[in-house]
This record gives sequence, structure tokens and C-alpha cells, in this order.
Amino acid sequence: MKVSVYRYNPETDREPSMKEYEVETNGKDLMVLEVLNLLKEQDPSLAFRRSCREGVCGSDGMNINGKNGLACITPLSEVAPGVKEGKKPLVLRPLPGLPVVRDLVVDMGVFYQQYEKVQPYLQNESPAPAIERLQTPEDRAKLDGLYECILCACCSTSCPSFWWNPDKFLGPAALLQSYRFLADSRDDATEQRLSRLDDPFSLFRCHGIMNCVSVCPKGLNPTRAIGHIRSMLLERGV
Amino acid sequence: MVTSVTSLGRNGLYDWLIQRVSAVVIALYVIGMVGFLVCSGDLDYGTWSAFMGSTPMRIANTLMLFSVAAHTWIGLWSVTTDYLTGMTFGKAATGVRLVVQMAIALLLLVYILWGLLMIWGGA
Repeated sequence: MKVSVYRYNPETDREPSMKEYEVETNGKDLMVLEVLNLLKEQDPSLAFRRSCREGVCGSDGMNINGKNGLACITPLSEVAPGVKEGKKPLVLRPLPGLPVVRDLVVDMGVFYQQYEKVQPYLQNESPAPAIERLQTPEDRAKLDGLYECILCACCSTSCPSFWWNPDKFLGPAALLQSYRFLADSRDDATEQRLSRLDDPFSLFRCHGIMNCVSVCPKGLNPTRAIGHIRSMLLERGV
Repeated sequence: MVTSVTSLGRNGLYDWLIQRVSAVVIALYVIGMVGFLVCSGDLDYGTWSAFMGSTPMRIANTLMLFSVAAHTWIGLWSVTTDYLTGMTFGKAATGVRLVVQMAIALLLLVYILWGLLMIWGGA
């Protein structure tokens, strides 16, 4: 099958280019990461991130035939019709909107800065209990669909609002985590958290186009979380 | 928290709410106007003038005028802050954005004043 890969080495290349490869898959429905490993044998200069190879670490987020996803859990048959059969090329590019360090490796700095802004940790001023802060099963259930995020950045880098204002709009990943702590019955910094989201950019730059939902490899719904935060702001502000 | 002095309410929730409320006002106005045009049959100048000159329609037109202005400002402000940035204009971005935003603001101000003159001028 044909594979087209984005190549860029800032030390030697004046500009990025797409390089074509031919890979023998014997018609197997390999994961995209396996194809990349085969490419790496052919061309050791190819750079990409990977670690757990089972959709847990979030290292190998990339743009696969125009859609962001994790290479390790995306089979060729799900990329696009005809890719597995070799009728169409597999096209691999880095996550859009972030500076490219080399080939498929991007600089995630701005993504982590936005994550840091939402203070993604439990804040509780009351004295710590002897053993642990308890939560009812119902309150615990509110965190389902939020805590599973692996910070692969597939969602934020598929969001045009994040592309245009990555330093001002927090992006779907950080906002999902923001709601994860707003929804936590053990956290009592709700007011401070909400007051940091009230400006025209941090949260309200989301126009609800739901690219984030369509690409999330864990099946999470950042748009819904953003809607919940908006409702909390509305209740607080009206 | 990102500071912004040129957004309508300088607050995301305020702008978001005004955008939705103004959209509802515009939708109701358009539905009402289409309903009137469909139901009024052969429309002559006298009927149209009496309809638009009535106090309820003057109030509705004024609401529509302000709703369109607010809706346009919030929408175009978003467009200018998305596309007229350092990514497209480099260091000149702030100047370009400010000039475009001020031009839009002036046009909307003229639109409001002219509209008010048309609606209430003959009162």
C-alpha cells in the first residue's frame, strides 16, 4: 500500500514536504502505528511519538487522512474506504495547529499551558478527614465521561477556535478537565473556577461545531461538558 | 481570564446571551413580517404606511434595529478576533483589527441612527 507522510526537519529542510512510501501489509488490517513501525524500518530518520500502543498514553495522536486520531487504535479499515486494500493512500500528517518539532512530532507546549490554566486538581479548603473524602455513588457517576481523558490533544487540534486563538481559547481538552473538577462534589473552588472562564475567549470561543466529539478516541463529549459549564455560568450570572 | 475591551459586554456570558436573545428577536420579527405579507393580500402604500407607522410596529422595528446591530457586532467581533490576528498579519495585526473593528462600529452606529430617524422621524 502507498503511504504519504509529512516530513519536516527544521535543521535541514527549508519547508515541509510529503514523502511517498510503499509498504507491504499483505492485506492485513494493521493499526496505523504498525504501518509507521514498518516505515521506520525502511527509513529510520522518520520521527513520531508512541508508547503504550493501546490507546492509553495518548502519545501517537496525529492527523490520519484528514481526521485526528490515535495511530495505535486506528485500524486501516477505519481510516477511509479503500485504504486497507491499497486503493487509496494512507496520508499521515502531524496534529494541526501546533508547531512541528520534526515530522509527526508536535510541540504540545501551548496545549499543556491551557491545561494548567484550569487548575486540574482537587481544591478543598475544609480540614482533611482521617481517611479520605467520601463521595456518593451518584456524585461519583457525574465524573464518568470526564476523567477518562488521556490528553492526546486530538480534540483541541481539530478545533478551529483553538487553531486561531490557541493562547486565549482553552480548547476542548482543557475545558473537559475544567468541568471534571467543577462537577466533583469534593471540590469547593467552583466560584474561583467559574470566574476565570467568564471572558469572551476562554470558554465562549466554542461555537459548538463538535469536531472534538467526532475525533475523540476515547468517545468523550467535550461539547456537552462546555454546555454544562455555560449553564453553570448562566445560573451564576443571571 | 482574557481581557477584551472591544467585545460588546467585555464578558463572554453577556455577549453569548445577547447573541441568543437578539437571534430570537430577529427570528420572531421575520416570522411576523412574513405572516403579515402573506395575510395582507394586495398591499398598497396606505396599508403599508399605516402598518409601519403604528406604535407597536415602531417598537418592533426599534427592537429589530438594536438586535441586528448587537448581533452583527458580536458576530463580526468574533470573526475579526479569529482571522485578523498575528497568524495572518504579524505585528500589524492589532492595528488592522482595530481599524476594521472601528469601521464596523461606525457603520453600525450610522445604521442605528439612520434607522431610528426612519422609524421615529415622522412621529
